[in-house]
Amino acid sequence: MRRALREKRSALAPCDFETARIDTYVGTVPGLDDVRVRPDLLDYDCRNNRLAQLCLEQDGFAGGVAAARDRHGAGRIGFYLGTSTSGLHATELAYRRRDPKTGALPADYRYAETQNAYSLGEFVRRYLGLAGPGFVVSSACSSTAKAFGNAARMITAGICDAAVVGGADSLCLMTLYGFHSLGLTSRAPCRPFDVDRDGISIGEGAGFALVEKGDRARPGAVLLLGVGESSDAYHMSTPHPEGLGARIAMQQALDSAGLRPADIDYINLHGTATKTNDTSEDKAVFEIFGPETPCSSTKGATGHLLGAAGITEAIVCILAIGDGLMPGSANTRSVDPAMRSNYLLENRQAKVTRVLSNSFGFGGSNCSLVLGVAP
Amino acid sequence: MTRVFVEGVGLLGPGLRGWEAARRVLAGEEPFRPASTFIGTSDLLPAAERRRTPVPVKLALAVGQEALQNAGRDAAATATVFTSSSGEGEALHHMCEALASTEREVSPTRFHNSVHNAAAGYWGIATRSQEASTSLCAYDASFPAGLVEAATQVVSWGKPVALIAYDQPYPEPLHSARPLLGSFGAALVLAPDATRGASATFELAVLPGDEKPTAMSDSRLEELRLGIPAARALPLLEALARKMQGEVVLDFLTELQLRVTVSRC
Repeated sequence: MRRALREKRSALAPCDFETARIDTYVGTVPGLDDVRVRPDLLDYDCRNNRLAQLCLEQDGFAGGVAAARDRHGAGRIGFYLGTSTSGLHATELAYRRRDPKTGALPADYRYAETQNAYSLGEFVRRYLGLAGPGFVVSSACSSTAKAFGNAARMITAGICDAAVVGGADSLCLMTLYGFHSLGLTSRAPCRPFDVDRDGISIGEGAGFALVEKGDRARPGAVLLLGVGESSDAYHMSTPHPEGLGARIAMQQALDSAGLRPADIDYINLHGTATKTNDTSEDKAVFEIFGPETPCSSTKGATGHLLGAAGITEAIVCILAIGDGLMPGSANTRSVDPAMRSNYLLENRQAKVTRVLSNSFGFGGSNCSLVLGVAP
Repeated sequence: MTRVFVEGVGLLGPGLRGWEAARRVLAGEEPFRPASTFIGTSDLLPAAERRRTPVPVKLALAVGQEALQNAGRDAAATATVFTSSSGEGEALHHMCEALASTEREVSPTRFHNSVHNAAAGYWGIATRSQEASTSLCAYDASFPAGLVEAATQVVSWGKPVALIAYDQPYPEPLHSARPLLGSFGAALVLAPDATRGASATFELAVLPGDEKPTAMSDSRLEELRLGIPAARALPLLEALARKMQGEVVLDFLTELQLRVTVSRC
């Protein structure tokens, strides 16, 4: 991801997911069909849990959690994860194999281990050998951003000492056809904030982070400084036109971090590339931050990872801090002149110490995170 | 130890029609008479929205509204935690059916109704609440998961939070894969301080082990507790109805339990 950001690469390609016949681009994780879930977790086998396992095996993450387990004890590590569609693709496939006489789903269909939103939670809990409390947040595209708030509150309340945060969202027909039915999928790779933007590119992805109490942070470690959560109270699938809910979430995140807008070096926008999202988000960002603070959406590179957008974009922010890189917007050619925020088309090298990340979802669910480097 | 004050309850379930009526049943003052769950039309939503609103959303809105009324709290100023194992099964079923057909014509309304946080979305629109709202799932443990989350929010933010737990059986063929006994919704308004409306306190502790969870006194209510995830709230509601003090143990995850110490105030 680090290299892809530096090279401003986009993973979006014409949609060839399963039997989907939709003229759009998607971000696919290659090789998921070949992933074999751990033998003791075979009941949980589905595209979403394969994606979760593949991600847990990256970058020494599972090993890091094992070390934390030794440190804190398995019972003191919670898990606060998010997904929007979980293993829904397993249900889509099962519906093609219904009994022609009775309509029953095939006997090998496993609801709890695939379809239920908690499937991801139990899979990750077992995979990592965690014994602390946890659950799955499913608030559409804000899910894995909100999970950071859950973990912070649980640790502060003493319910656990550490927590695994993150989640996975994999491609399925429901989201492809569903967003298409709403007229929200672009026929080209999505172009956030572009004057010609015409919708989203759906992607799949996963990300996980281990969070622990901040008082033990080493210098240079990334801290969760603030979380803001709000509701639009406006419409199920369209954001508030003035970005009111987004503004409340960003302001709350700043307030809870004890920071002013000028303290933020970079904003990773939700920036889905729909007409309405980008316009209302720009209004909200401009209202709080004015015309200076550099901001961009990385969805031109990854596509919209839906329930996994929050965690993957928080990781983009962590990389931005570590590498001093504010990522420019892949695929965006010319910024909509109506936009007033400082939108980055090109990568910018600069010292980054505090960032804000936005994640907004269906049902008007908004979450903003402020991350920063420990002094 | 996380401690919160209980200000209001909302309840709808088989034979349990609203907290005032259900309270007498749970207190043993009136017999439990099994009946299907009554889910009336909500006056929270504009008439045009009412018809399109999925049943589980109506259920969640109804118990949430009742709990806030009983607490004397303004819905627009109260954060919410929605928790459900099942979410919206009708929309899921129709979407999967359409996607298994050759035409694959899916309804955009069904699509946005199919998200797990549909109830939270409709709640925001209905109450104009811009407060934080989350939507959780922990399969059979969705109620204790929501209770822990709501209580930590109350303690972290120092503000009241409404917990809204609900489950609605799926249509076939999903029902056979995940049978639920009936529709059940329970809501609790939890607050950080003692107010005039507060009737009890909950002290929460998450504990390892597999001690037997607290069962219901009435065997038919016990069936509900075991047969619907949201009905895992029943032992706590029974303790409130009986003005009981003591410990209630709820099953949480494998080898993990939630102990709630209930006190009067």
